[in-house]
Amino acid sequence: METFKLKKRLAKDKLMLWGVCLFATLTAVPLVAILGEVFLRGYDQLSWSFFTEPTPTAYKAMKAIEAGEPIPGGIANGIVGTMLMLGMATIVAVPIGILCGVYLAENSKSRFAQIVSYLTDLLQGTPSVIIGIVIYIWVVVPMKGYSAIAGSVALFVMMLPLIIRSTEETLKILPASLKEAGLALGGNEARVMLRVQLPAAFGGVFTGVLLAISRVIGETAPLMFTALGCSLIRWSIDKPISAVPLLIWEFFNDPNLQDLIWGASLFLLLFILMLNILAKYIKGTLY
Amino acid sequence: MESITPILEFKKTCVSYTKQTMAVKYVSAAIEKNSITAIMGPSGCGKSTLLRAVNLMHNLYSNIRVDGEILLNGENILSMEPIDVRRRVGMVFQRPTPFPTMSIYDNVLAGFALNGIRLSKVEKDATVERCLKSVALWDEVKDVLNKKGTFLSGGQQQRLCIARALAMKPDVLLMDEPTSALDPIATKHIEELLLELQKEVTILIVTHNMGQAMRISSKSMFMYLGELVEYGDTAKMFSEPADERTKAYLTGKMG
Amino acid sequence: MNDKLYKVLLFIVALIMPIVCGGVVYALVTDAYDAFEHFGFFRFLTSSEWSYTEGAEQYGALPFITGTLMTTLLALVFCIPFSLPVALFVGEYFRDSRIAAVLSTVVDLLAGIPSIIYGLWGFYTLRPIIMALNISPQGSGILTASLVLAIMIIPYASSLSAEFIKMVPNDLKEGAYSLGATRLEVVRNVVFPVAGSGIFSSYVLAIGRALGETMTVTMLIGNTNDMPNSITATGNSMASIIANQFGEADGLRLSSLIAIGLILFLITAIINMVGKIMIKRARIA
Repeated sequence: METFKLKKRLAKDKLMLWGVCLFATLTAVPLVAILGEVFLRGYDQLSWSFFTEPTPTAYKAMKAIEAGEPIPGGIANGIVGTMLMLGMATIVAVPIGILCGVYLAENSKSRFAQIVSYLTDLLQGTPSVIIGIVIYIWVVVPMKGYSAIAGSVALFVMMLPLIIRSTEETLKILPASLKEAGLALGGNEARVMLRVQLPAAFGGVFTGVLLAISRVIGETAPLMFTALGCSLIRWSIDKPISAVPLLIWEFFNDPNLQDLIWGASLFLLLFILMLNILAKYIKGTLY
Repeated sequence: MESITPILEFKKTCVSYTKQTMAVKYVSAAIEKNSITAIMGPSGCGKSTLLRAVNLMHNLYSNIRVDGEILLNGENILSMEPIDVRRRVGMVFQRPTPFPTMSIYDNVLAGFALNGIRLSKVEKDATVERCLKSVALWDEVKDVLNKKGTFLSGGQQQRLCIARALAMKPDVLLMDEPTSALDPIATKHIEELLLELQKEVTILIVTHNMGQAMRISSKSMFMYLGELVEYGDTAKMFSEPADERTKAYLTGKMG
Repeated sequence: MNDKLYKVLLFIVALIMPIVCGGVVYALVTDAYDAFEHFGFFRFLTSSEWSYTEGAEQYGALPFITGTLMTTLLALVFCIPFSLPVALFVGEYFRDSRIAAVLSTVVDLLAGIPSIIYGLWGFYTLRPIIMALNISPQGSGILTASLVLAIMIIPYASSLSAEFIKMVPNDLKEGAYSLGATRLEVVRNVVFPVAGSGIFSSYVLAIGRALGETMTVTMLIGNTNDMPNSITATGNSMASIIANQFGEADGLRLSSLIAIGLILFLITAIINMVGKIMIKRARIA
């Protein structure tokens, strides 16, 4: 009886182990499937012109399909738009986000800082589609039109909480002795922050910025209501503009352009992958 | 004395964490039934490592190797099912570890619950009362049995953990510095308890408190750098240690 | 720069968070006001009518609230059998090993894939499978959307759960082993009870993620405005109706969409707040 029971318990234990291994491994299946599909279907679409030419019109694409030729054009308008809007959003979000993060790390006990901290969580958890609506109301309506500015404000609002959190967390894990040593040498708090603490936290903050960029670069919904999209390569910031994820959405909805989906997705995935690997590498060199 | 069959016997027991270094080197010793044996030595000498080998705690960590033999009632435990061994060899740790999600009552019975053994309500009540009485905790907690074990004081928690181990009626009870996290009064209670308990169970206790070893143990081991340097009657070891290293340790020149 | 000025500067910059969040709420409330005034707050929530015939416009959020709740709950159900093993694999069974690091990386990468690419994969790979299995004729629907949503929230649920599982003190586990428990019994009787509230809260946060997911759901849910009557039916979630119709809407319809946005914002805010508070409690305990 006893040994029978023991055998049963051991069998259950083994079963659990194998179950955990099996189901955990199964989680990798969708990743491989998604990456595989995007790579296999996308890699032969990548060419020089894919990166230098704007999206073809549906008519041109249709003609090419009828003639049995590959669709002309590429996603240059989207790449320019993404870079322009991300660039603007990053330039503003990084200094503001870092200063907010510094404020939170330095005043963690004050009531106001706790409110700011809570609001950071709130904003970070807000669905991106809602950010899109709000920026539409804030920027698109008063400016009477969709624009790159509106798009970059949306990206800015989404990046801000991510940068604040990573800055705050990196500063908080620095040893207190670092700040004390700086102050003991007679530096004031601002200077110690600027010359000692922030440089020490640089890697963590930089990683945070990279991850924030990689998080928002694929955002589609908020840009639909703010940047709208455009088939021209544009550098002006007050007109509608395209972005890589917006193009994917357009291609998805336009039967004539569906051949461009996978190339655009592959580009987006590779960019995100690169940012993540870079972030991981920087983190690895630090600790 | 030699005529009594040893309940526990180490035969060239070795424990190694990495391939190059052994934490316990070729320890051989026989432990008598219903005795208290103290294992002493400076920190890092392998005394806890040796103790943990007895209920196969090292099996939990894939990098640790145990070689040689450890015989429990003449059977080599290294080739036995860990669960079987651990049920017959109880263990009490340095810091009290009552399960925080269980009540005092459930903590005493945790061994049964964990082993999937079902008891009737009557059996449960009887076991809880017997075990808590044998660790002299019954009077203190009999009215709060449904409270969480973590709400007790450190000394009470440790006695609860001893009760938990005793509930399984083990042949051997291993104690890894059970009083080092406790105040002197709680320590005294536990020591008195152990002297009482040795009628039921064979106790192997790691301690770095020489006074404690002298007060409670009948036999003592002295370990140094993984080796068993000396093993014998406690009184004799303290009065005339055979080895220079034992002497140095006992006189406070080492460790 | 002297210390006083520095502190004032930091304070002023930190004011941006109340301003932004206040602005979000203000914009949503003022622009949703029309819809609530016209239909009544309660009727807007409970009406399942969504028609934009001019002159007889009727908008109600119930089908979309239902769609969101259905996709989210189904996603949660599909997610647990994978995220929990991942958490146990990383946090307990193969803790700190190389293979656990590999699995963590895989899960991190899953979190990094943009929602629109999940949508593509769901549409071009999963939808044909659903059709081939005869689960639903058009392939799109609540079930399809939730399946992909489940994959998307695995990383959020598992990495936080693993963190709590790792925090279970080794002393306690050894205590249970020393009484003769198997690993399964230790997991069930020690690890889960001790890490339980933390694991639970990580699922609350995963729900917060799933509620607002937009593109994936938009591409897979089938985009119909009726009340979904089964899990294989098509429908719309709150986020997907906004993504679908916002661009073309104006007047009362725009206001109604913004009202749905406000409701979604409030629901996610509450869920996230509850999750964060629970996590804080679980960390202290």
